[in-house]
Amino acid sequence: MSIGVNVPRKDGQSKVNGQAAYVDDLSFDGMLYGVTLRSQIPHGKIRAIQFDPKFDWSSVVVVDHSDIPGQNIVTLIQRDQPFLAAQLIRHVNEPILLIAATSRKKAMEARTRIEIIVDELPSVTNLEKAATGVRLYGEDNLFKEIHIEKGDLPRGFAEADYIVERTYKTGLQEQMYIEPQGVIAVPGKDRISIYGSLQCPHYVVKALLPLLSFSHPDQVQVIQMVTGGGFGGKEEYPNLLAGHAALLAMKSECPVKMVYDRAEDILATTKRHPSIIRHKTGLKSDGTLTALAIEIDFDGGAYATLSEVVLSRGCIHAAGPYRCENIDIVGRAWATNNPPNGAFRGFGAPQTCFALERQIDLVAKTLGIDPLEVRRRNAMEPGDSTATGQVLTESVATHKCLEQAVKASDYIRKRSEYSKLLPKARIRRGIGLSLFFHGSGFTGDGENRIRGRAGLQVTPDGFIEILTSSTDIGQGTETIFAQMVAEELGIPVDLCRNAGVDTNRVPDSGPTVASRTCMIVGDLVRSAAAQLREDLIKWLAELENCNAEQITLVGGCFLLSGQRVASFQDLAKRACSEGGPASASKTYVQPEGLEWDEKTYQGQAYPVFSWGCDVAEVEIDLDTYEISVTRFTAAQDVGKAIHPVMVMGQIEGGSLQAIGYATMEEVLQKNGWIENHRMTNCLIPTALDAPAFETHIIEEPFSGGPFGAKGVGELPTDGGAPAVAAAIDHATGQRFDEIPVTPEKIELALNP
Amino acid sequence: MTTEVEFCAPKNLAEALEFLALNRDKKTWILAGGTDIMPAINSRQISPLAVLDIWGLRELRILEQHQRHLTLGPLTTFSEMMQDPRIGQTVPLLREAAQSVGAVQIQNRGTLGGNIANASPAGDVLPVLAVHNAVLELRSAKGSRNVEFNAFYSGYKQSVLKPDELIYRIHVPIQWPQQIPYWRKLGTRQAQAISKVAIAAIAEVRGGILQDIRIGLGAVAPTVVRAKKTEDTLRGRRLDNRLIQAAGEIIQSDICPIDDIRSTARFRRRTTTNILRRFLSDLKLAHRGM
Repeated sequence: MSIGVNVPRKDGQSKVNGQAAYVDDLSFDGMLYGVTLRSQIPHGKIRAIQFDPKFDWSSVVVVDHSDIPGQNIVTLIQRDQPFLAAQLIRHVNEPILLIAATSRKKAMEARTRIEIIVDELPSVTNLEKAATGVRLYGEDNLFKEIHIEKGDLPRGFAEADYIVERTYKTGLQEQMYIEPQGVIAVPGKDRISIYGSLQCPHYVVKALLPLLSFSHPDQVQVIQMVTGGGFGGKEEYPNLLAGHAALLAMKSECPVKMVYDRAEDILATTKRHPSIIRHKTGLKSDGTLTALAIEIDFDGGAYATLSEVVLSRGCIHAAGPYRCENIDIVGRAWATNNPPNGAFRGFGAPQTCFALERQIDLVAKTLGIDPLEVRRRNAMEPGDSTATGQVLTESVATHKCLEQAVKASDYIRKRSEYSKLLPKARIRRGIGLSLFFHGSGFTGDGENRIRGRAGLQVTPDGFIEILTSSTDIGQGTETIFAQMVAEELGIPVDLCRNAGVDTNRVPDSGPTVASRTCMIVGDLVRSAAAQLREDLIKWLAELENCNAEQITLVGGCFLLSGQRVASFQDLAKRACSEGGPASASKTYVQPEGLEWDEKTYQGQAYPVFSWGCDVAEVEIDLDTYEISVTRFTAAQDVGKAIHPVMVMGQIEGGSLQAIGYATMEEVLQKNGWIENHRMTNCLIPTALDAPAFETHIIEEPFSGGPFGAKGVGELPTDGGAPAVAAAIDHATGQRFDEIPVTPEKIELALNP
Repeated sequence: MTTEVEFCAPKNLAEALEFLALNRDKKTWILAGGTDIMPAINSRQISPLAVLDIWGLRELRILEQHQRHLTLGPLTTFSEMMQDPRIGQTVPLLREAAQSVGAVQIQNRGTLGGNIANASPAGDVLPVLAVHNAVLELRSAKGSRNVEFNAFYSGYKQSVLKPDELIYRIHVPIQWPQQIPYWRKLGTRQAQAISKVAIAAIAEVRGGILQDIRIGLGAVAPTVVRAKKTEDTLRGRRLDNRLIQAAGEIIQSDICPIDDIRSTARFRRRTTTNILRRFLSDLKLAHRGM
C-alpha cells in the first residue's frame, strides 16, 4: 500500500542536508557570468547606444538583437515579444543588451559604461486607461477578449426581485519563490545545453529552436536543476532567460551563467495580473441567483505572454460553483506599458473568485441573510451545469466542503457572537467564508493538443525509473509518481525512482502547470505501470509455460497459482538483461465524449473540478488597524490524497499565499516602475503572520484520475482572499472590495 | 577599471582608530554585524571606498552593570540584549525592542552600535535610548568625548559622529522600580519588518499624578525624537481622560511623518495618537486608587 500513505519525500534528505544542487551551485570550466542591460522608460524608441570608449570592451562579450542567429521572438502563444528590444521599448526593465564577463562584478561594471539614448513615447501604465490611451497592440490594445453566454440574461434580470452591482479590484502579486530565476547555457557544436531552475523544460526547447535557428529538438537539451519554487513564475519566463544565456554562450563559445538577484527578479519577471471586475447579479428574495453578469479586465502588461490563457481560466471560473441559468461573462486582457504579467498559481481564478465571493456576500447582505445560507442555496450539485454548459456528472463536493468547514470552524456560533462584540470592543473579531472550485488539467481539449507522454524503464539492478518531463518544484511530484508506480506494481516505493528531467532523455509530458501533474501525468505514469505489470506477467507466463491468468503480482512477488516464482526485482533484472519487457510508455488519449468549442466557450471546460471551502477568522486592533488572521479552516476536495501530508502542505501554503494577497502583498507600481523590489518591502507573510490552520481533506473520487485523484496545486490559492476580506468586513462593519486590505485602508474606511 | 576598496580588519581598537584617522577623507564605512551595510552594498545604494570591520574587536564587546547605569559595548547584539539578564532586569525596554528586530539571523548579527550609527529614524532600539537619556562615548585616535544620545542626530540619516570616530560605549541609565516601561512597534508584518511607528516610553505615577514621563518615537520624523511637548503637557498632571485626550492631540505637534513605501503620514499620525492614548489609558487603569 503506497497510496494515501505519507512516505518520505524523494527530495527530502538532499534538501535538508544541503546536497541538492541548484543552478547557482553548478559551475563549468571557463564559465562566464551574464547580466542584462534593461530599459529605464516605459515606452520609447532607441535612438543610439553609446559605449564608453575608456572601457576595454575586448574583455567582455556583448550581445544585442543583431547577434541573434534566428528569430528575435519568444515563442509562446503570440509572436509579439522579442528576446532583446531592437528599436522599440515597451516597458521598464525590458532587456536590450546582454553582457558576459569572467566575473559577475566585471559584467556589471561594463553595464554601467553603456548608455541607451532614447526618444520617449507617451505610455499607458494604468489599466483603467488601457482602452483610451496610446495604441500598443493590434487595433484596440486587446490581447484577448472572451465571451461566455449561458441562458437568457435579460430574462434572468427580469425574473429577479433584486439586482446588486459592484466593482472589485485586485492588485499585482509576486510569486516570491525562494530561489530566483537562473540558468546556465553550455554551447556545443550545433547544439546547446540549458541547466535551469524551471517548470516547463519543453517550452524552453520550443522557444530556443527558432531563436538559434536550430531545426531538430535534440539540438536543444534542457536539464532541470533542483528548483526552489515556481508558483507559475517559472512557467514561461525561463524561455526568455534561457534564450539570453544561450545567445551569450553561442557568441562567446563559453558556458554562461545568468542568475538574477532578488531585485532583478522582482523588477523584471512576470506577476499575477491586476484586475478590475464588475458584477451585476439578479436574485430572488429567497436567495436564488437568476442572473450573473460579469465583466473582467486584466492588465496583461507590454507583451501577450500567457495573458490570454490566464484570462480564459479566469473567465471560466468567474461564475463559481453556483447554479445559475443565465450568465454573461466578458473578459478582456489589455496591453499596457507595464512589465508583462503571466502565470501565477491559480492562473486568473483568484481574481475572479475574489470578486464573485465578495458579490455573493453582498447578495446575502442585500437579503439580510447569512452568507452561508446563500451558498447553501446555490451551491452546485451533480446534474447542474457550469457557465460553459458543462453538466457535472461526478465528483462534486460543494456541500461536503461547505458543511465540513462550517462545522469544524464553528462558523455559525462565532458569526453571531462576533457580531455582538462589534460596537464596543477595541480588538474586533470577524469570521468569513468562501466557496470555490478549480478545474484540473488544461482547458477544453488542451490535453489532447499536448498529448503528454510518460514512460517507465527497468534498470539493470531491477529498479523502476520514471521518465516524465514533469518537474518537481517543491510540490512533491517525484514522490507521488513513485507512489503511483509502487501501488500499481505492488512493490516498495524505494524501488521506484525518477530519471530526472533532461529533454534529451525524457518524453514530453507537457508543462508542469494547470493542476495537471498528479491527475493527467500521474495517470499516464500509473497506466504505464499497469502496462509493465501486464507485459512482465505475459513474459513470465512464456518462461514458465503457463497461462498469464495463473500469475499474479502480490507484495513484490510473482505468484503462479499462489506459489512464489520470482521476486519483482529479480524478474525485472532478468527482463532487462534477457530482452524481456523492460520499459513501458503511455500517451494521453482524450476521453470519449469530451466536447469543447474554443470559439463559443461552450462545453466541457475541464475533465473535472476540485472544490473547496475556506473559513477565515481575523482580529483587528482598532488602535493600530493591524490585521491578524488568527485561524483558517480549509475543507478541500482533491478526489484522493496520494500523499496526505503533502496535500495539506499544498492547502496551507496556497492558503497563506491567498492570505498575503488579501492583507499585505502589494507590488507598488508607478509609471511602470516597481518601487518595492526587495524582500524587506515587497511583503509576503512570515511564519509569525500565518494563522493556526485546520485542514480537512475531502475525498470525492474522480473516475478519470489515478486512484481517484484530481488537481490540488492551484485550488488553495483561490478561496483564501475573499474569506479573509469577508472576515475583515465582519470585524469592522465596513465593506472591502479591493485587495490587499491593508491597515492603512482600514484606517481610512473607519475614519472617513 | 574596478574600484579599489580599502578594507581593514584591525587586531585591536588602536589599529581601528588609526585606520579611521588615515582614511578620514574616504568616509570609512564601519562594518559590525553587516545587517545594514551588506544589503545596501548588494542593492548598490552605497559603494564604500573604505571599510573597517570591527566585528572581531573584543574591546567593543563588553557589558558592565553599574549602580545607576549600564555600559554596553557597541557590538552588543540584539540577541544578547534579548538574553542577558543584566540587560533585561535593568533596561527591560532594550530587551523588548531587540525582540522586535527582524528575525533570529538579524538578531544574531545586528548590533546596538550599528543601529545607532545607521541613523535610520526607524532604528528599533533608538526610541529606547531616547527615553533612557543614554550617553554615547565616541572615540577617535585623538581621544574620547561624550555626546547625549538625544543630541546625536543632526538630521535624516545624519549624526555628529566624525569620520575618524567610532561609538565606543553606550551608557544607559537604568530603570527604577517605580518607572513603568512601555514599548510598541507597529511594523509591516509580524517579523522581518521595519517600523511604520515605534513608541518607547517610561512613566512614573504617584497618587494619580504623572510625576514623570518620557516618550521616544521612531519612524515619524527625520530622526528618532522625544515627544517633548507631550511630555511637558503630561508631567505633573493628574492622569484623567481629559488629559489623555489632550495628549493625543498634542503629540501631533511633536511629529512630522511622511508618506513612504511602508505607510502614509496620515496613518502614522493617527496610530501615534492611538498608541499613546492606549498607553496612558492602561496606565490610568493600572494606577486606579494608587
